[in-house]
Amino acid sequence: MPPFARYLLHTLFPPDVLRPTEVGADVLILATGVIIMVVMTRRHKWRHLWTEWLTTVDHKKIAVMYLIAAIAMLFRGGVDALMIRTNLALPGSPVISASEYNAVFTTHGTIMIFFMAMPFIFALFNAVIPLMIGSRDVAFPRLNAMSFWLFAFGALLFNMSFVIGGSPNAGWTAYPPLTERVFNPGPGENFYFLSLLIAGIGTTMTGINFVVTSLRMRAPGMTLMKMPMFVWSALATSTLILFAFPPLTVALLMSLIDRLFGSSFFTLGHGGMPMMYVNLFWLFGHPEVYIVVLPAFGIFSEVVPTFSRKRLFGYETMVLSIVAIMLLAYGTWVHHFFTMGAGPTVNAFFGLSTMLIAIPTGVKIFNWIFTMWGGRIRTTVAMLYQLAFIPTFVVGGASGIMLATIPADYQFHNSYFLVAHFHNVLIGGTLFGLLSGMYYWWPKMFGRKLDERQGKWAFWLFLTGFWITFGPQYLLGLKGMTRRMYTYPLGYGWHTLNVISTLGAFVMGAGFLVLVYNIVYSMRNGERDLTGDPWDGRTLEWALPSPAPEYNFARIPVVYERDAYWDMKEKGQTLANSLTVRDVHDLELPRNSSLPFFLGLSFFVVGFGMVFSWWIIAGLGFAGVAACLVAVGFDYRGPKRVDAAFIRGTEVALGRLRA
Amino acid sequence: MRASTFARAVPALVASIRGTPLPRPAQDPQYVVLHPVGPVGRSELHLMVLAGVAMGAVILAVFVLFAIAIVRFRDRPHSRAPYRPNWHGNKWMEATWFVIPAVILTVIAIPTVRLTYSLARLPAHRDPLVVDVTSLNWKWLFEYPGQHVATVNYLDIPTGKPVLFELTANSPMNTFWIPQLGGMEYTMPGRVLPLWLEVGRPGVYWGHSGQFSGHDFEQMFFAVRAMPPAAFDRWVHEVRRRVPVMTLADYRRLLRFDTVAEQTYGGYPAATFPSVHHGFTLAGGMYMVMHNDPQAN
Repeated sequence: MPPFARYLLHTLFPPDVLRPTEVGADVLILATGVIIMVVMTRRHKWRHLWTEWLTTVDHKKIAVMYLIAAIAMLFRGGVDALMIRTNLALPGSPVISASEYNAVFTTHGTIMIFFMAMPFIFALFNAVIPLMIGSRDVAFPRLNAMSFWLFAFGALLFNMSFVIGGSPNAGWTAYPPLTERVFNPGPGENFYFLSLLIAGIGTTMTGINFVVTSLRMRAPGMTLMKMPMFVWSALATSTLILFAFPPLTVALLMSLIDRLFGSSFFTLGHGGMPMMYVNLFWLFGHPEVYIVVLPAFGIFSEVVPTFSRKRLFGYETMVLSIVAIMLLAYGTWVHHFFTMGAGPTVNAFFGLSTMLIAIPTGVKIFNWIFTMWGGRIRTTVAMLYQLAFIPTFVVGGASGIMLATIPADYQFHNSYFLVAHFHNVLIGGTLFGLLSGMYYWWPKMFGRKLDERQGKWAFWLFLTGFWITFGPQYLLGLKGMTRRMYTYPLGYGWHTLNVISTLGAFVMGAGFLVLVYNIVYSMRNGERDLTGDPWDGRTLEWALPSPAPEYNFARIPVVYERDAYWDMKEKGQTLANSLTVRDVHDLELPRNSSLPFFLGLSFFVVGFGMVFSWWIIAGLGFAGVAACLVAVGFDYRGPKRVDAAFIRGTEVALGRLRA
Repeated sequence: MRASTFARAVPALVASIRGTPLPRPAQDPQYVVLHPVGPVGRSELHLMVLAGVAMGAVILAVFVLFAIAIVRFRDRPHSRAPYRPNWHGNKWMEATWFVIPAVILTVIAIPTVRLTYSLARLPAHRDPLVVDVTSLNWKWLFEYPGQHVATVNYLDIPTGKPVLFELTANSPMNTFWIPQLGGMEYTMPGRVLPLWLEVGRPGVYWGHSGQFSGHDFEQMFFAVRAMPPAAFDRWVHEVRRRVPVMTLADYRRLLRFDTVAEQTYGGYPAATFPSVHHGFTLAGGMYMVMHNDPQAN
């Protein structure tokens, strides 16, 4: 074998990626890839894929792509979780080795936060926000597509580490000096830093996009205080993204430079200061917690009124709370490391600010309860997730307050009490919220409802599985078990609780399988939504047919009240019955573009080259990025015109306009 | 130790643990955090209980309201509950749930801040025993600057006397944690963080690292043997008389990326722990790291 080939084999396939799990995954990936290729080619779908999906700038299609990615990543992160739990149920004979376990818990955390929760949120933002505010698209449709492709290629780069080169293995927080080359040779951590940097650029652009969209693209009459709460949550989330991602970018970049070029920002020797990384990371990390939970709050503020057939209770205080949370979120990051010796004054400040942020959160909980109070509660799957969210999140919030009492945190820090707490708020808050939103808006996205009976099965499996998994972990924390141990000695009383916790995890896994079955089944057999308003909704997206036509609104509605569509229905003036031929004019829609895809691809090449320090490849990637950006600047093609006759035809076919 | 039901049912589950022997708890309080044996752990537990009770009250209140809401206002045919579709707010009610959580949190916040400050200071007029702690890959080095002895992976301390731990790392970060004595603190390269603890009664307790630091991190358990002051002095005396001094070569061996059994030294080179005298650096100017492949050593 020539030395070059040997070097390549050794670099791309070190022993770490040649374990049975990885090889098995390789085979599955290859097989799936081949099957997809064959099916696509046989059905002549490649052109369709390219023109309708890969080059689209339509927010509704981008939403679908985000959603597919998020569910795939939920699967990957979930499998990681089951591997973790299996190992901890069998401490005497670990199924996976320490090095594999370290990789798996790292990818579990990173994927669930960056590649599951974030795209899931963006899926729902993209699917609904423009419809809710009566707009034809987001403010910058092509930028939106770029965001997606940067995310997608970032996620691809991250997931590739599993089969090529080796996974990152320093935890999702990647604290130095553990990420230093001395302690962490191999390309794993490079994958982590580069993929997060690439996806992070996309996320930041999404932030910009939705700030501008919600501030500038609202229908006439929709003042800020008439915006649906979900739009408020999108605005607050996007604002948080704008100011939270820069510190992360800086931290990741400096760590990467430490690794690739031997600088000493955060290294063990040469005067490096690892704690500065920890500060920068959590300066991002704590706002990130609210970035993933505020959208859930927004979803619940839509779901509860709809399924209680009642107006939202305390809209103004809801807005006030969301803004308060947004601002306070920047002032609590040190509570992630009270135990790093910042001194009593600093600790006290951040402990108090953490307690303070609980107040607006509590206000929201009470407002949701009183939205139901005096209503008529329908227990659809979307509403069930909300009903499960309240008690679950309250327990998670309460344990959060216990962690904020600084001296108690000295005992809780990094123990399973902490692990239970953040899963309690991230699953009970974010994931339940996102699933609620998915069931709620699915008919709007796909034109069919998800089957309710199967959905309820999935829901109950998730909920019971959740409590069986994480209830015992609070107790494990009190028994002194710390996180990220791949095995543990018997004799500390940790075993039984871990076994119970693992059983719960498998119940959740079963819930996920039912969820996927529910989706697959409903794509073909779900009840068709012919009215566009399957839930008796209150906001503008329900005024449109399901799924909405490419141009969304044939005529932009005028908004008079907070629950704009409910108001229209009360007055008997929905878009469905008030549209006339004269309302329909020629429209301009953004033109499809292949540049976002190629931009993402170029960034991927940059990332791949830098992971292995193959500078020629990285250079080619950079050239590609530059070329794409220049091409964007010289793209003089105007928008796509959609003529009135076509729109009239579509609306007639939808039964919304008399011929 | 009680064997769990599951372990009895599936003998394979209780296969032996690999690696070095690990310390076992002396008695059986498994909920170590809830059974502190010193003033620091006790005060932290008191705060935990206070916060727990307050939060329990909040949880209860919300659960009751929530239960009433979903039972009473469920959409049923012939429901007799009032239906007020346009009820969208009440200033006084909303003000109430701003104020009540604020009051509850104040109740927790005041003792929290107080205890935070008091734990940051050593108890007055009582000379502490100083122990310099260095976390290494994947072991603990304990040095007693006043006694000139050093141990690896176990800690001997006297009862009834505050112990000041000065924590640093010559490795990726760890946290130093002895649950029954009190809360944890990070060990970080380039910094020395103080943590004081005290143990009230003799016994063997266990400590562990709470921060993931690489391949064999889960083996970073250490035993803490608490003994009356006279016994402690005897132990120091014995060690100094009988056990050889740690050389720099010994220290370099400890820097390897591996795990070791418990060790004892009747002295150690001063340069192995950063101090104000040599400005947080060790002999040679920098922290010593094994730059070679760990397996090569």
